[in-house]
Amino acid sequence: MRLLAGISAALAFLLVYYAFEFPPVDSVQRGYRGLAMEENSNPRVDRAKVRANQLPEPAPETDKAGQKASEVYTNLKVLGDMDANEFLRLMTDMTTWVSPEQGCAYCHDENDLAADRPYTKIVSRRMLEMVRYINGSWKTHVVDTGVTCWACHRGQPVPASVWYNDAPRTAQGAAGNRAGQNVASAAGGLTALPVDPFTPFIKEGADVRVISGTALPAGNRASIKQTEWTYSLMMHISKGLGVNCTYCHNSRSFFAWDQSTPQRATAWYGIRMTRDINTQFLEPLTPVFPASRLGPLGDVAKVNCATCHEGVYKPLYGASMIKDYPILVGPTPARTASAAPGAK
Amino acid sequence: MAEYQNIFTQVQIRGPGYAGVPLEGTAGYRVGQGFFSYWLGKLGDAQVGPVYLGWTGLASLLCGFIAFEIIGLNMFASVNWDPIQFVRQLPWLALEPPAPAYGLKIPPLNEGGWWLMAGFFLTLSILLWWVRVYRRARLLGMGTHLAWAFASAIFLYLSLGFFRPILMGAWAEAVPFGIFPHLDWTAAFSIRYGNLFYNPFHMLSIAFLYGSAVLFAMHGATILAVSHFGGEREVEQIVDRGTAYERAALFWRWTMGFNATAESIHRWGWWFAVLVTLTGGIGILLTGTVVDNWYLWAVKHGVAPMYPAVFPSVTDPNLIPGG
Repeated sequence: MRLLAGISAALAFLLVYYAFEFPPVDSVQRGYRGLAMEENSNPRVDRAKVRANQLPEPAPETDKAGQKASEVYTNLKVLGDMDANEFLRLMTDMTTWVSPEQGCAYCHDENDLAADRPYTKIVSRRMLEMVRYINGSWKTHVVDTGVTCWACHRGQPVPASVWYNDAPRTAQGAAGNRAGQNVASAAGGLTALPVDPFTPFIKEGADVRVISGTALPAGNRASIKQTEWTYSLMMHISKGLGVNCTYCHNSRSFFAWDQSTPQRATAWYGIRMTRDINTQFLEPLTPVFPASRLGPLGDVAKVNCATCHEGVYKPLYGASMIKDYPILVGPTPARTASAAPGAK
Repeated sequence: MAEYQNIFTQVQIRGPGYAGVPLEGTAGYRVGQGFFSYWLGKLGDAQVGPVYLGWTGLASLLCGFIAFEIIGLNMFASVNWDPIQFVRQLPWLALEPPAPAYGLKIPPLNEGGWWLMAGFFLTLSILLWWVRVYRRARLLGMGTHLAWAFASAIFLYLSLGFFRPILMGAWAEAVPFGIFPHLDWTAAFSIRYGNLFYNPFHMLSIAFLYGSAVLFAMHGATILAVSHFGGEREVEQIVDRGTAYERAALFWRWTMGFNATAESIHRWGWWFAVLVTLTGGIGILLTGTVVDNWYLWAVKHGVAPMYPAVFPSVTDPNLIPGG
């Protein structure tokens, strides 16, 4: 009897300990009163997040060499227009950002720095093009804050939060089909929602919207299952940014733009930016990577919201690291989908 | 002197098991002699059994077992027959209905066929149990209140898993069998149809649900509070009031100006409970068939209020030219 009571008490303690967040929880009202549009935060968790989002020590500033990097070094395809000394400084910083332990040799053949080997050299060149493209063409999402390698890599050759195609370990045969969901979904915030909301929405371009714009049925065929995929993506955004649904939405009518916050438009562009990154930059690099760097189904590591945001509403709390390196901001296209106004 | 003043029953009776009123024919046959359980006696009557199942009870249990097995084995297969994962992930696992593309057709087993089969046997099991409840009540000379209350719950169950999918033209609209998955389904259902809280039948269902809890608490508390005056003899007090009844009635007239009677309080309880699932089922059947966005419906009919804007106006980027 006493043993039973002891075990029950221990189980109850574990449940409470793991299921609940230790107080205090602060909440800040953002929307009109009575709408529960508020942001919750915990100072203890916030302190840990701030610690995890420190900026790296930049390489010391240098005098200008007065010569273009392309005049001093060979085989420069992206950064040739930089000053030669600033180019060296950027290379030093990139080592800090991506491979501080492995050093230059992670991306360069030390006997011939200009050679296009190892494979990481090819990848890093494409990633530099990507950074320039993001900072130039996706100001709708990254504004003038911009991104550098550090935004995702944080001193690791492979960013901590990337995704691969789902490889379900279900029985082979005529039973056990889990329809892409119905296991603890890390993407969906530990719900039983779809495990991989990324493939349809930030790779293939499926429509995120499921809710009707009319009170009565007028041809919207979106199913409840389809809604679960959208729901899972939204859970990922919420978790990836460390915010509630109400950071972007008035939850009484998720679909209504006139009741949403400006952040919703920023997120709208973010979804399209990630899709752009995955399809234009990462997937084409698949053959360059060795098998050990690919997912269980042989697909390349891809980005989602968490890759840059890492649980913070603005990556690195909005710190800008591109001011030292104007070369990392590519040309802004005149008028394309990605340059549309509306999200300041 | 024993008193009914505790959460747990203070009085337990031991003796030869009581077989109940005499019944004619095969229906009178029950399995075993029954036994007494001290712990069950804390919560209710200590006597368990003897049991009569009959063919409806047996068939219902069998069908329920088949459905349980189909669901459980599919869950087990979905983690590749790994017992550790089965236990760890059990609350997340499910048997999912077919994809929308199959409409109302019968899909292959692993594409929702198992779901259809589990649903068939579960429904059969429930309906057979309803027949059993109805027939047992008739045989004992009781009214059929229990059967009709149960039928109301079955109506909601069938609305969710059978009537509405047929109206929508796809089994995909139905609920998955699983612990968390059916909750996710519920949330997704509300989101897809623009917030179910603005569905007036959902409002009614919630009012009756919470109302049932309040009524039950009020009634239970009242009877326990006057039990030392003999207040638990409610059925007699329908026609023959005593001091317990008069005190309880006066109490409610003092506190809220009105009191139910020893008979009508049970009718209140029955109707509140029955209306939870009846109104809920109607709300489900109207969703997606008659109304596609409950929030906009509520705006149209002056139910949902407008609030002052506090954010700069946001435009749907889809509507921005070139956007």
